[in-house]
Order: sequence, then C-alpha cells, then structure tokens
Amino acid sequence: MPLAKRIIPCLDVKDGQTVKGTNFVNLRYAGDPVELGKAYSEQNADELVFLDITASHEERKTFTDMVQRVAAELSIPFTVGGGINELRDVDTMLNAGADKVSINSAALRNPNLIDEIASHFGSQVCVVAIDAKEVNGHWQCYINGGRVPVDRSLFDWAKEVEQRGAGEILFTSMNHDGVKRGFANDALAQLADTLSIPVIASGGAGNMEDFRDVFTLGKADAALAASVFHYGEIGISDLKHYLRKEGISIRL
Amino acid sequence: MDIAIIKYNAGNICSVANAVRRLGIEPVITDDAEQIRKADCVLFPGQGEAASTMQYLREHGLDTLIRDLRQPVLGICIGMQLLCRHSEEGNTDCLDIFPVEVKRFRPTLHNQKIPHMGWNSLSNLRSPLYDGLNEGDFVYFIHSFYVPRNEFSIAEADYIQPFCASMRKDNYYATQFHPEKSGRIGERILRNFINLCNA
Repeated sequence: MPLAKRIIPCLDVKDGQTVKGTNFVNLRYAGDPVELGKAYSEQNADELVFLDITASHEERKTFTDMVQRVAAELSIPFTVGGGINELRDVDTMLNAGADKVSINSAALRNPNLIDEIASHFGSQVCVVAIDAKEVNGHWQCYINGGRVPVDRSLFDWAKEVEQRGAGEILFTSMNHDGVKRGFANDALAQLADTLSIPVIASGGAGNMEDFRDVFTLGKADAALAASVFHYGEIGISDLKHYLRKEGISIRL
Repeated sequence: MDIAIIKYNAGNICSVANAVRRLGIEPVITDDAEQIRKADCVLFPGQGEAASTMQYLREHGLDTLIRDLRQPVLGICIGMQLLCRHSEEGNTDCLDIFPVEVKRFRPTLHNQKIPHMGWNSLSNLRSPLYDGLNEGDFVYFIHSFYVPRNEFSIAEADYIQPFCASMRKDNYYATQFHPEKSGRIGERILRNFINLCNA
C-alpha cells in the first residue's frame, strides 16, 4: 500500500471554542477543540488543523494554551494557523507543541516569511494556505479570511510559494467552500501537475463521493473539511472505509 | 522507570515527552551525561538536519556518551539517521553505531514528492518492538533521507523503493517514523520499547 491519502478535519477556533462558517460568515459553535480533536483522532483522522479565526492580541494566549493541551493529549500530527505574522509567532506555536504552522495573508503581504520559516524550522513545518476565487476562468487570491482580493493568481502564487520553501499548500476554493457540492477538482489537478509539494484540498466536501473525486480527479494528497465532520454528516471512519473500498490508499 | 530524552538542537522533542507522559511516565529531558547514563532507557528523538545536529552532539560530548550507552536506546527520525555511519545530508559522518549509509530520496516520478510525509504502512516486522502490531499497520513519516534495507532492519516501508523503517543492533533501536505521532499504533510501539527496558 503506498503513502496514504490524508483526511484532515479542520477546527476553526474562536474564544477557545470550535466554530465553522458557511462561505466564511455565519459562525456556529461546534464544541471544545481538544475534545473534538481527540474524538477525531480516535476515528482515525490522519491530521488536524486548528485555525485561530479571531487572532486578536488578547485572545492569542487562549489559543496558545489550547495548542499546548492538544499537544499533550493527541498522538497525531496537527497544524495551527491564524494570526501567524512573524517568525516569533511560529516559534511560539512550535514550542506549544504544534507540528506545522499554516500562514495565509501574512505570506502574501510578506512572501519572505516563507523563506524564513523554511530556513529556521524546515520546510515540513511551513504550510501555506491560499484562498482563491474563480471569476471568468481566472483564479484570484484573497487575504483577510477571503475579504480582500489581491493581484495574484492562484497558480503563480502557488509556484512561488513552493520555490520559497513551503512544505505543503492548503488550497481553499472560495467558490466551493460551504456549498457542499464537491471540491475544485480541475484547479486542484492543475496544482498537482505543476507542483512538487503536497496539496491539501479544502472547500466543498458534501458527501463521500466528493472525497473520492478529490483524490482521483483532483489528485490531492489530502482533503480537509469541517462542518460535514463536526455535525456528523460524514463519519470519518465510515468515510475511510468507503475510500479504501474505492481503491484509494487510506489508513484504517 | 527513568526515561531520559536527549536534549539537543533538533525540534520535536516535546512531542516525544508528551507521548511518554501519556503512557503515565514523566521523562527527564536532559543533555546531562550523568542523568542520561543512569536512565533505564534513553530516547534520542528529533527533527532536523544531520550536519548541524551532529556538530552539536560533538561539541557537547554527547557523541561519545551515546556510543557508550548500555541500556536500551531508541533513535527516532533524525535520531535514527544520526546512529548510522554516514549521511548524504551535508556529507556528514555520524555516530557509526549502525554501519550503514543514509541516502537522499531520488524521485523517479513526478508524484513522488519529497519529503516522504504522511502515513505509510510497515512490513517485515521482526522484533518485540512490534509486538501486537500487524503487517500493514500505518505509522507517520516525515523525512527526505532514508536508510536502505540492511541486515539490521526490523521493519520496512515502501516509498520510491522499499527502505528500512526501523532497525536494531544490540541495545540500540531506531525508527525512521515518528511513534509519538502515530496514534494508537505509535503508543503501542513506545510501550513495547519501555517494556524492553524492564525485561
């Protein structure tokens, strides 16, 4: 069995609680992140992502405390993101026990941050998240949680991110996010064909077939989702058995 | 049970400490020769680059210390690679406990990405370290250099080609993967290692 495709639940965290928005708005509460993380780990989730979606200065400590608790209680790899703007933030998160950090707006504002993280801590630590939206066939990048467009195309930026030393790309299609009608498989396949680092697909998971398609059509290395897992619409264990039956390399 | 975790300039040491704590044992994280020598078993974990970590070990006298240990020692990831004779990473002479070479993965296809990162399955398990495991069980890897299959192999994995996922010589055990990040399977491996120290 080759290297397994990864299933990654994403936990958006605000004030120490898990939330998930639809199309980046309308947040709903969905539980304690550490408990939820443990439950996912027991269902054989392959990794977890915790995103601090408030990331105000005062709330930073709450999030760091949560990262420490996650590291103490979980035995699978996890990534943290949100509010990471400089090397010092990365250091804080890694010291708290995170395995990887995800940067998004900060990387577009200061691309050198990618080089710095890679050279100080290693490429494997550095996940660059890209939010992009397709308009008239052009994939444009956005920052600030999908609120502000920037003058960069998804594919150019992804290539630069790789060249600067990122270890992985986490691509969220804003067209697909929250809609639950499948991932952006065409754009994902194009990324997979042009990049030599792993791509994590995000945005659009609605049913189990969507996950099969993102690995076969979208050629993704990992698939990330939130609400379908948090609200129990798809059980991770059921999903993984289904994918294995569909011939996809999956850890059970 | 005294478990020492060797403290040096390689990341990821606190996650090994957390994993040991989850087994109900408080480890000592130290670079103190006396504390390491008197421990019942020694963990030599880490994520990092061969040349700079090896240089650190030499400067702190940890190289001879590790070579002289008589209790069970478990090298993890870069810890395993540093126990080898030589690494292609930075053309580094290592501790030479295992007389084997560490090589760089050379992809032959576009979809063979480096580092080898994620969950991969183990095969050819042959050690009490893997009691209770099954062929094909998955563990978490993250590495760009590897040890080819050799006479000391006690587990193998396959990425680009079959390679040595774990080896043993005398009191030295090593895993290329991260048991501390490998869920329930990894916990079992760490528990097995600690049981070896009681035996």
